[in-house]
Formats: sequence, C-alpha cells, structure tokens
Amino acid sequence: MMEMLFYLAALVALLATVLALTRANAAHALIYLIVSLLAVAVLFFLMGAPFAAALEIVIYAGAIMVLFVFVIMMLNVGEEGVAREREWLGGRNWIVPGILSALLLLELLLALRHAPAATSGTAVAPKAIGLTLFGPYVLAVEIASMLLLSGLVGAYHLGRRFIVRRERKR
Amino acid sequence: MNGLQIPMEQVLALAGILFSCGLLGLMLRRNIIFMLMSLEVMLNAAALAFVAAGAKWSQADGQIIFLLILTVAAAEVAVGLGLVLQIQRRFKTLDMDQARRLRG
Repeated sequence: MMEMLFYLAALVALLATVLALTRANAAHALIYLIVSLLAVAVLFFLMGAPFAAALEIVIYAGAIMVLFVFVIMMLNVGEEGVAREREWLGGRNWIVPGILSALLLLELLLALRHAPAATSGTAVAPKAIGLTLFGPYVLAVEIASMLLLSGLVGAYHLGRRFIVRRERKR
Repeated sequence: MNGLQIPMEQVLALAGILFSCGLLGLMLRRNIIFMLMSLEVMLNAAALAFVAAGAKWSQADGQIIFLLILTVAAAEVAVGLGLVLQIQRRFKTLDMDQARRLRG
C-alpha cells in the first residue's frame, strides 16, 4: 500500500517535469516545476529522509521558485513572447537533443541493471544530520557559507545596475 | 514514521530519467529562464540519487550532500537570475543565441 504512494509520487514528479520543460509560457512551466519539486519531497519523506523533505519544500519550492516568480513578473514577456517560444519549441529542434539524452539515459539504465539492493527502511532523524553536519562535515559548512556569500555579492553586483538604470529613467 | 524499502535501481532509474529530462530541456530550449529551470531539475535529480543512497545505508551523509546541493542551487539561481535581468536589459530578448558577444 505504502509502496504504491511512492510510485504515484514518482509518476507525478516525472509528468510534472516533462510538462514543465515543454511549456511555452514561463509562469505555467514554473507551477509545474513546483509540483514536481513537491512530488520529490514526498519521495524523500517516503524513503525515510524527513529533514530533506522539509528542506526541499521550504527552500526549493519556497525560496528558489519565488525568485523565479519575481523575475518572470519583472520581465513581463507577454503574448508575443509566448508565441515566439512556441515557435522555437516546434519541429526539428527536438531531434539531436532527444537522441543524445536518450542515449545517455539508456547507458545509465543499462549500468544500473545489476543493483540488487533496497533502501534500508529506517529513517534518519534530523538530530543525526545535525551531529554529522557540524562534526566531520564542518569544513563543508564553511565552504557552503563562502559560496552563499559569493552568490550574494555576485547577485548584488549584477542586479544593482539594473535597479539604478530603472530609477534614472523615471 | 520509518522509511519504505524501495528497490534501489528503481529510485536511481527515476533519478536518471529526471536528469535526462533536464538535460534534454537544457539543450532544447533557447530561453535562458527555461535553461535555468532545466539546471534546477538536473540538480534535483542528483539530490534524489544522493538521498536514496543515504537511505540505503541509513546514514546521514546523503542528506548532508543534499544540503550542499541546495546551497549550490540557491547561489546559482541568484547569480543566474541577475544575469537574466542584465541580458533582458541589454539585448531586449531572452534568446541565448542573441547573447553571443562576451562584451555587450
């Protein structure tokens, strides 16, 4: 019974991802992407990783996707943008990327064919994650904080001139 | 609640399919916003594989790598969306084929 939930969530994740990457309207694609991330969060929870599931919802579906929503609203592409996107999507553009990624997927599935194991079925509590994160992985935490700082500075530098120019125009 | 016992190759196959969907989207789309979304899908598929591996040995390491992937995704999206705004302002389009010059 519970295994059915897993396969259902996996199906939802796959369908939502495919729909998200084939939409012409960016806002619709974003909503499908959020559905896909929520389905992956359900997968995490069912595999016994409740902390990862909560982070997936809070940070991925909450924070990162809201950034996308803001940018799409600021850009305001409109109807002609959607029509141009639909024109780019059609026809022969699919052939080469489709063949390449299908080949890679086929190789991956062939390599995975002999992996006779299952997930353990015991959940990993957030306490164990915290102990490991600030024990052996404390250097990784430092590196992640440096990365976030450089991302912050880069985003500020790139966005600053945009904001200044918009104000001058008024 | 405890976890489920899912065959490992099915989870990894799901992660692989999601990853190749993201790769297909990255090569197919010309709009930079959709390219960033495809990158998110690919990072998410890699995170799924890590969490599944962590669940197999019931160790915390998989979820810690998931946290680090989350950090990378957040930093990448912040810088990428700043670039999107600059490209839209300079080239008046989101088509990546138009933004070929290194100095705009």
